[in-house]
Amino acid sequence: MIGARKKGEVVETKPLLSLRNIRKEFPGCLANDEVDLDVLPGEIHALLGENGAGKSTLVKMIYGVLKPDGGEMIWAGQAVQIANPSTARALGVGMVFQHFSLFEALTVAENIALGIPPELSGPGLEDRIIDVSKSYGLPLDPYRGVHSLSVGERQRIEIVRCLLQKPKLLIMDEPTSVLTPQEADKLFETLQRLSSEGVAILYISHRLEEIRKLCHKATILRLGRVVSDCDPAQETARSLAEMMMGSDLTSAVKAEGRAIGEARFKVSALSTTPDDPFAVALKKVSFELKNGEIFGVAGLAGNGQSELMDMLSGEALASNADVIVMEGHATGHMGPEERRDLGLGFVPEERLGHGAVPDMTLWENGFLTAGRGQGLMNNGFIKTDKTKDFANAIVERFNVKTAGIEHHASSLSGGNLQKFIMGREIDQNPKVLIVLQPTWGVDAGSAAFIHQALIDLAAQGTAVLVISQDLDELFAVSDRIAVISEGRLSESTPATETTVEQIGLLMGGLHEAEQHGGQAA
Amino acid sequence: MIRIEARPEAAANMVYAAPVIAVTLTMIAGIVLFMIMGQSPGVALYTFFVEPVSTFDGVTELLVKATPLTLIGVGLSVGFRANVWNIGAEGQLTIGALAGGAVALYFYEMEGFYILPLMVLASIAGGMAWAAIPAFLRSKFNANEILTSLMLTYVGLLVLSYLIHGPMKDPDGQGFPESRLFSDSALFPVLIEDYRLHMGWLFALAAVAAVWVLFSRHVIGFQIRVIGMAPRAAAFAGFEEKKLVWLSFMIAGAASGVAGLSEVAGPLGQIVPSISPGYGFTAIIVAFLGRLHPLGILMAALLMALSYLGGENAQISLNMPNAVTGVFQGMLLFFLLGSDVLIKYRLRFGR
Amino acid sequence: MDGTDIVVSAALTIITAATPLVFAALGELVVEKSGVLNLGVEGMMVVGAIMAFATGVTTENAFLAILVGALSGALVGGLFGFLVLVLLSNQVATGLALTIFGIGLSALVGHGFVGVTFAGVPSLYIPLLTDIPIIGTILFGQDLMVYMSVAFAIGIGWFLKSTRAGLILRAVGENHDAAHAIGYPVIRVRFMAVLFGGAMAGLGGAYLSLVYTPLWVENMTAGRGWIALALVVFAAWRPGRAFFGAYLFGGITIIQLHVQGVGWAIPSQLLSMLPYLVTIIVLVVISRDSGKQRLSAPASLGKIFYAAS
Repeated sequence: MIGARKKGEVVETKPLLSLRNIRKEFPGCLANDEVDLDVLPGEIHALLGENGAGKSTLVKMIYGVLKPDGGEMIWAGQAVQIANPSTARALGVGMVFQHFSLFEALTVAENIALGIPPELSGPGLEDRIIDVSKSYGLPLDPYRGVHSLSVGERQRIEIVRCLLQKPKLLIMDEPTSVLTPQEADKLFETLQRLSSEGVAILYISHRLEEIRKLCHKATILRLGRVVSDCDPAQETARSLAEMMMGSDLTSAVKAEGRAIGEARFKVSALSTTPDDPFAVALKKVSFELKNGEIFGVAGLAGNGQSELMDMLSGEALASNADVIVMEGHATGHMGPEERRDLGLGFVPEERLGHGAVPDMTLWENGFLTAGRGQGLMNNGFIKTDKTKDFANAIVERFNVKTAGIEHHASSLSGGNLQKFIMGREIDQNPKVLIVLQPTWGVDAGSAAFIHQALIDLAAQGTAVLVISQDLDELFAVSDRIAVISEGRLSESTPATETTVEQIGLLMGGLHEAEQHGGQAA
Repeated sequence: MIRIEARPEAAANMVYAAPVIAVTLTMIAGIVLFMIMGQSPGVALYTFFVEPVSTFDGVTELLVKATPLTLIGVGLSVGFRANVWNIGAEGQLTIGALAGGAVALYFYEMEGFYILPLMVLASIAGGMAWAAIPAFLRSKFNANEILTSLMLTYVGLLVLSYLIHGPMKDPDGQGFPESRLFSDSALFPVLIEDYRLHMGWLFALAAVAAVWVLFSRHVIGFQIRVIGMAPRAAAFAGFEEKKLVWLSFMIAGAASGVAGLSEVAGPLGQIVPSISPGYGFTAIIVAFLGRLHPLGILMAALLMALSYLGGENAQISLNMPNAVTGVFQGMLLFFLLGSDVLIKYRLRFGR
Repeated sequence: MDGTDIVVSAALTIITAATPLVFAALGELVVEKSGVLNLGVEGMMVVGAIMAFATGVTTENAFLAILVGALSGALVGGLFGFLVLVLLSNQVATGLALTIFGIGLSALVGHGFVGVTFAGVPSLYIPLLTDIPIIGTILFGQDLMVYMSVAFAIGIGWFLKSTRAGLILRAVGENHDAAHAIGYPVIRVRFMAVLFGGAMAGLGGAYLSLVYTPLWVENMTAGRGWIALALVVFAAWRPGRAFFGAYLFGGITIIQLHVQGVGWAIPSQLLSMLPYLVTIIVLVVISRDSGKQRLSAPASLGKIFYAAS
């Protein structure tokens, strides 16, 4: 298929969609600044940029979710105002969101009916769903409840919904961020087939390799402006990345020959039976963390990572106390405070509302987990001055950009708040640090800083667990890597002895093996 | 066209401005209401809000009315900060008054320094016991405390009705549903000779001070705030939600119980079929109007007490129905909740 | 009283006690399905009660009275809707405010109507059918509002399950961000649901003052609005079960009747506690399984929706 897209394939030269001088401003942030864009029929057009470069904002305006503050949109030669998504759909624009617009409690067919015009959603919809999903290789059962589907299946719902409307332009916002490399390849086949049928595809991503492989053209955004239009096949991943970030890349440096010591923290056959119908059950998860080592756990979202995190942090208690052992102490029945007393530190995935309280000041957020261990109170009375010193030290050491520690956590950017939370845990000198998605939605500069901080921490002898969806991140920092899938944790392999492809296979493999097993039974 | 736009950070000045805006809007709406009712707005507003406190006697009466409102408001604010919606203070007040009153009746015509402290303890125990039911049902069975605490208010009022028509009825009362008058040893001492202002006011001030310290300096107050603002962050930090839910119910129950006692052992001097004109519900408004801050609650309680006095005064001198008070209180809370939008959002006019 | 009389009077007691709860609970169910928690049912009911009663007494027109009851409920419901949907106020606090305001307002309006009686709402009479012993009166001899309540239960069930508008309403209550992203007017859908819920609560109140008593007594809803809220939870947000639950509660009032008939010396206050105590027990029983409740409760229930655009 990849060979088929080579030169001369895009015959029509009149753009299907043209954007001219599009502007969009949010309070305190110019998200799009005089953006121009041309998308030709049948073209797979990449929209490339870092988090916060304005890609999502731009496509939301094309889909009518947001209104531009200035500029014009030309659709098939006609100037148009896209006031809302139904106008967009009527023109022939379909969109698959990064965060799916799905309704857990409804069925696949109901979800699709909601996303298409009433005249298409009449009787026989279920049959048409089956037809479309079969012909494009996107198997889907219209009668199932969405809450029982995997992330990949959920994405298919969105794609099938768009296809039912026979779109001329399909917008895909970071579609592969939730897929295994193998699932992603299948998606590319579907997209190439659509392209050959004349459907234009606007493809948002920050994954350079897949853009080089898939896309005919790339428009690169930085800080809301178009910095370049290019043919991605002619570029290297590095040159694309440099255009995206606007500066030479620096990647985290692993300390050479780090001394890896004794196992300090051990989890053996940890299983859970959740009350929550939407939660994933953990199945006999076992691993150990050694002094000075970074252990990476890869996995697609929703395979038990947050459930594992809850068990490790003490937000949920294990059924057996000794399935989690920290330096000889059975901790499975301990709450978070006691675990911190033993020298454990945690950074959860959600920054606002989990790792930090949005409407509290930074220094109060410093007190949140450090108050007890760092002697920031006296008989329960908070030592305000000492707490503020603690918070100021974090801001300084971790280069947190803020107007001051009296400001609320919600006023910080994602990257800066993440640095603060990371700093709060690291400054307590944990013996074991457990981190979930450390750089999710964080700008590249902060991400590099956080990676370096993790590596430095391990170099001082701390045992570190990093659970992440981002394989590049895991390979950049980890000494050993394992994969979590459907609540099971695979055997670990040294990072130097495995590849992204192998880990990718495990990420999807366990999942499929489970499904086949289910069907056979 | 008005649009609402999120502020990057909550506006601290609006936290204080919103109640002022709300009170102003309520006054304006009040003028309209009085005009609809055929009253001269100037006279009505004067009768409602100025005349009651134009004498020293009036001011002390204001404090008498503000006593239960402050106590309950401060007690409820602890729970509201933790997203614990105990709205059954009226029931807790009633049971507290009954428990304290029972002690008073038990020691009928006796003297002793120990009677009042026993009454206070009994009222605290009564209020706590009534608050313990929704606390238990929520922490054990996950039952919604809004509904259970409110249902228990109706039950509590029926308990009062039963007792006052039966076991607690004054044997020499010619069948009136009222208890005996408490003896002097079982009455709250007045603070100023010849006025009704009593010791309960000191309890209210003490509660204000205690809760102020709790929230400004103490880790328990910190934990309660975190639970209310970000429950998952509280779990992450290891704060025990159930313990804090219990604590906030107990504080509210104790405060409401004492508030109930301060009525029966204060201005009433006996148990009657209707102990409180809805103080337990008005205190909810007090707590919000006071921004859940003890000092704010104190001021809000004074304002709400004024609305009670004003309502009574308007009934006497303008022959207006007493229910105007309730309408005023409801409007004030509405306007306050509406004005609160300005804290987290700003209004933009035009496109 | 002979046997048939007792059965008929028991059935009538259940129906009259259940009907206001049917209206209020079904209305709140639709509101909650759209993702809004309106705790002001009590306030809307009591406003509906006085407005309907005042209209009925003044105009002596029962139909107009019912209509005014519904409209006034919708009006105060709309006030709530404006606050929580447009000004994004806290739904719990605003619902409480609505109840406090409604009770105050109704007492103010009702000041001049204390002690007046209303002729009542005419009952259906179909010759022959209504004359059938026992079931004749029960099935064919009720007043208009009882039939309305049954029709609403069926209609709402059908609306939610089988219509596109019902699907959109459920979607909005399930995930308002997704519904907004697809392009549905979340606020408008919710506002309409809130208005409908207000009208239904108003009807429930109207039934109390026009049929049940038929008198105006201050605060006459006596917690029925809150019981209706509990019924919605009990019904797991399903209209059929809400209807059934309301009749179950109506049945509790029977016990009161019977005990008094038998002549036991139980103080009336203890009997009056029954509905409240049963509500608490029911809540405890259904809330124990938090996982199950999560599956049936609308996922966006009580959450503030703010579209960042």
